[in-house]
Amino acid sequence: MTHRIPGKGLLIDRARRVKFTFDGKGFEGFQGDTLASALLASGQRLMGRSFKYHRPRGPLTMGSEEPSALVQIHEGTQQTPNVRATVQELYDGLTARSQNRMGPLGFDLLAVNDHLAPFFSAGFYYKTFMWPRAFWEKLYEPAIRRAAGLGRLSGRHDESVYEKARAHCDLLVIGAGPTGLMAALVAARAGADVILADEDVRMGGRLLADLPEVGGMPGPDWAAGVVAELAALPNVRLMSRTTVTGAYDDGTFGALERVGLHLATPGALPRECFWRIVAKRAILSSGALERPIAHPDNDRPGVMLASGVSAMVNKWGVDPGAVVVFSNNDSGLATARALFAQGIRIAAYVDPRALPVTEPFPVYAQAEVTGTRGRLGLRDVAVTHAGGTSLIEARTLALAGGWNPTLHLACHRNGRPEWSERIAAFVPRPGMVPGLVVAGAARGVFSTAACLADGLAAAAEALADLGLSAPALAIPQAEDTPYAIAPLWAVDAGGRAWLDFANDVTTKDVKLAAQEGYSSVEHMKRYTTQGMAPDQGKSSNVAALAVLAEATGQGIPATGTTTYRPPFTPVSIAAMGAGGRASGFAPQRFMTSDAQSRRMGAPMIEAGLWYRPSYFPRAGESDWRTACDREVKQVRDAVGVAEVSTLGKIDVQGADAGRFLDFVYTNTMSTLAVGKVRYGLMLREDGMVLDDGTCARLGPQHFLITTTTAAAGPVMRHLDFVQQAFCAGWDLRLISVTENWAQFAVAGPKARALLATLGVQAALPFMGCAPMTIGGVQGRLFRISFSGEEGYELAVPARYGAALFDALIRAAHDLGGCAYGMEALNVLRVEKGFITHAEIHGRVTADDVGLGGMVSAKKDCIGKTAAMRPGLLEPGREQLVGLMPVNQGEVLTAGAHLYNERDAATREANQGYVTSVAPSPTLGMWLGLGFLKDGRARHGQVIRLDDGLRGRKVLVEVCNPVFFDPEGGRMRG
Amino acid sequence: MRLTCPCCGPRDRREYTYYGAAEFLNRPAPDAGLDAWDAYLHLRDNPAGETRDLWYHDPCQSWLEVTRNTVTHEILAVRALGDLA
Repeated sequence: MTHRIPGKGLLIDRARRVKFTFDGKGFEGFQGDTLASALLASGQRLMGRSFKYHRPRGPLTMGSEEPSALVQIHEGTQQTPNVRATVQELYDGLTARSQNRMGPLGFDLLAVNDHLAPFFSAGFYYKTFMWPRAFWEKLYEPAIRRAAGLGRLSGRHDESVYEKARAHCDLLVIGAGPTGLMAALVAARAGADVILADEDVRMGGRLLADLPEVGGMPGPDWAAGVVAELAALPNVRLMSRTTVTGAYDDGTFGALERVGLHLATPGALPRECFWRIVAKRAILSSGALERPIAHPDNDRPGVMLASGVSAMVNKWGVDPGAVVVFSNNDSGLATARALFAQGIRIAAYVDPRALPVTEPFPVYAQAEVTGTRGRLGLRDVAVTHAGGTSLIEARTLALAGGWNPTLHLACHRNGRPEWSERIAAFVPRPGMVPGLVVAGAARGVFSTAACLADGLAAAAEALADLGLSAPALAIPQAEDTPYAIAPLWAVDAGGRAWLDFANDVTTKDVKLAAQEGYSSVEHMKRYTTQGMAPDQGKSSNVAALAVLAEATGQGIPATGTTTYRPPFTPVSIAAMGAGGRASGFAPQRFMTSDAQSRRMGAPMIEAGLWYRPSYFPRAGESDWRTACDREVKQVRDAVGVAEVSTLGKIDVQGADAGRFLDFVYTNTMSTLAVGKVRYGLMLREDGMVLDDGTCARLGPQHFLITTTTAAAGPVMRHLDFVQQAFCAGWDLRLISVTENWAQFAVAGPKARALLATLGVQAALPFMGCAPMTIGGVQGRLFRISFSGEEGYELAVPARYGAALFDALIRAAHDLGGCAYGMEALNVLRVEKGFITHAEIHGRVTADDVGLGGMVSAKKDCIGKTAAMRPGLLEPGREQLVGLMPVNQGEVLTAGAHLYNERDAATREANQGYVTSVAPSPTLGMWLGLGFLKDGRARHGQVIRLDDGLRGRKVLVEVCNPVFFDPEGGRMRG
Repeated sequence: MRLTCPCCGPRDRREYTYYGAAEFLNRPAPDAGLDAWDAYLHLRDNPAGETRDLWYHDPCQSWLEVTRNTVTHEILAVRALGDLA
């Protein structure tokens, strides 16, 4: 650490040394260093290579707006690219690598690009790599991506912990510089619930970097005093290391907190936490960002912003060596004076303005920096003045091109800032984000005294909105230097002058864009890529549009800015999606038989959010098919048990319940007798089938309807809509009882015998329902079947479901039956031609699925009118059919298309498609359901099933979709 | 985005399901003719500015008609379609 100034550095703890590596080489820094400050303190100015030309680069700034010093951090097998070395805090064992180089950092093989620069001008890729077209994907793009681009990902899953959190407050103060601290203090003393968020480790903003006096004490001491008072108050939350990244509707802000990124062993702490903060009022006191001046070779390591130089000296005690300050404004001059006062050698102060000043260091007025030298780091600065050009030896060139208010968040809701001639920068307009007041440097108020006053005023305004009164508070004494600037965007001296350091965009590129017709700022941005790097042009946007404005002659206000969009700084997707991976991706719903099914070895498959058993393997059954075949046979020959609680259950009550059901079902439910069940079909208002299910009448004014598993939610929403939109004043109540009842299907020739062993007398006719008692529990019994066998469904309150399942499978085993899973359930229903959402997929009418007769002619219902549209009634519609392979050994596949035997598999010749298939042990072959043009008239025809994806062609015979027991004798018993 | 459910108070938009334009409330008579039904089912304005649309508040199952501005994102009014009692 050869470049430290003894006794300086507010943030570093000299008693605690920290070891780290950069490009494999060991370095040492202090606790409190950033990676950038520690490297600079060790004399390592070169930190990376530029994006396009592979020019040597060091940090331009000391903050989160850093465009150049982007590195890759390695932790175990993980690597994080594009980390700003100026933000990354040092910890023991930190491993960083430079990126975007080929070979060593000091001798990058791709630096040849720099010599080819005349060929790499704006729009180069668009112009050069056009032909031959086929070369783009295979040759040009991979080569360009390898040469350009930034860091690299590890290619592994990010196994680290991230978090998401929410917070609510009366007042969110964004940025803890003098303005923000003052605002937070006033609001906190008034009793408001305050969140103060700041992206730095220590709060204080420029007070820590520039050390102005506040209230008669050093700025950092005043800041520490305010922070201590705020920390002690119960109504204040201080969030340091937290960047507010976006402003959204209704006072909602996004913020990213760096929780564990600065720790060698974060333990259980997440790396980052993404906050959603909802604030009744907000104050944007985010300060301002200094901007560089574009002059030839202004991108060499050692060329920094003046504000960055004072930060490196005062916050981290890093010695910049001899400094040349190139400034067009009073703030740059103040920085030169302050640095000089601290013992830093000011080799020259260069200012294009005519300055009548005498300083204790060399001043070049009406002069400009016109070049720099030094291969991997700055050695001399060329200064052109009235007397000619002088070469001045310097280790650091501090650029002070003026300040841009950090107004990004104020523009996130599409507000456009306005140009201020006074400070030559954009400033926010009032009311750009409702409820947000911009204060201090963020609105162009620059002196410390003015910032303190502005913070107080902003807090008073917010407190008034909140109905609180601001306490009397004296504004502490502080410097109130006026700020004057003579805009200088680019030095006109030949050679390349950088605007956007991150994306390697020079003033020539912007002028070329204007010359080639890309004169709108949005077009220039996209043509040159200016402002499109990870820093989003924080240090280059305003200068670039100023250069554009000059080239087009439009002027800056007419040129305008590009759109400011969130996030203000990069946000890890992993933080935004925290908790959403693997089992956190979606909620999981478990049936009452879940634990028992898993104990029985059933593989569970997802059905929407539900988990259902696929099959129940027995010893010696090596695959699903063996188990499924057995389960189907046991249902057809003896009895099977399956939990069907996932079906939606909606309780419908009231004097108008029957009338309502008549309106939502195609068929009539009001005529159903108590104790009876009817199959029903619902349409969407556009005439397509919405869902099917059963409707049971439990009492004169009490119905219970079921929906399919998939449509349980949508059907509930639909019924709520119909009731609330069209049935005002009806005596009607609807409630979902899906979760309240556990329901089990008991199916097979021995189903009635099984129920008898459990003491349930199943003296019900087919499609009947009745209350029942089982094991002393009141339940409901329905005689319905989805298998084609004599079938019952038993419903008990959900808390008894697990016990009932146990009892049912034990009883089934004693009768030669079994539990059956989704695979067998599917085979059983395909054998019977029962439809599911594979068939009622949203593009079929009741007639298409062969249920046209269920649409009552006597009444209106949802979807009826639209179902009568001519196009839905014409011949040529695809109709539900059964499909059997001509050669019984062949396998059918769902998703395959259907063609006439001799037609080619073309779109024009398409006759239909397959929706469901099942291997039927009952019929000894695969069966399919599908839709075929005029299918009902084509039973007996042989057509071709063509599965282009799997390369399968099978001749199939078209038949009635009900393959097994078409008369239904078994189910009626 | 937050909507104020007349039944539950201000709630995050994640609690709501969006449905579409409020014109869906104006169901034509069965014999209103094909054009009326076509307009009802398919034709929607896409205004820049004030719009009325339907939202479902999943936790309380209320259907709401929301008047809002698509440019400023202002929520101007929220009305429950049904009887909240």
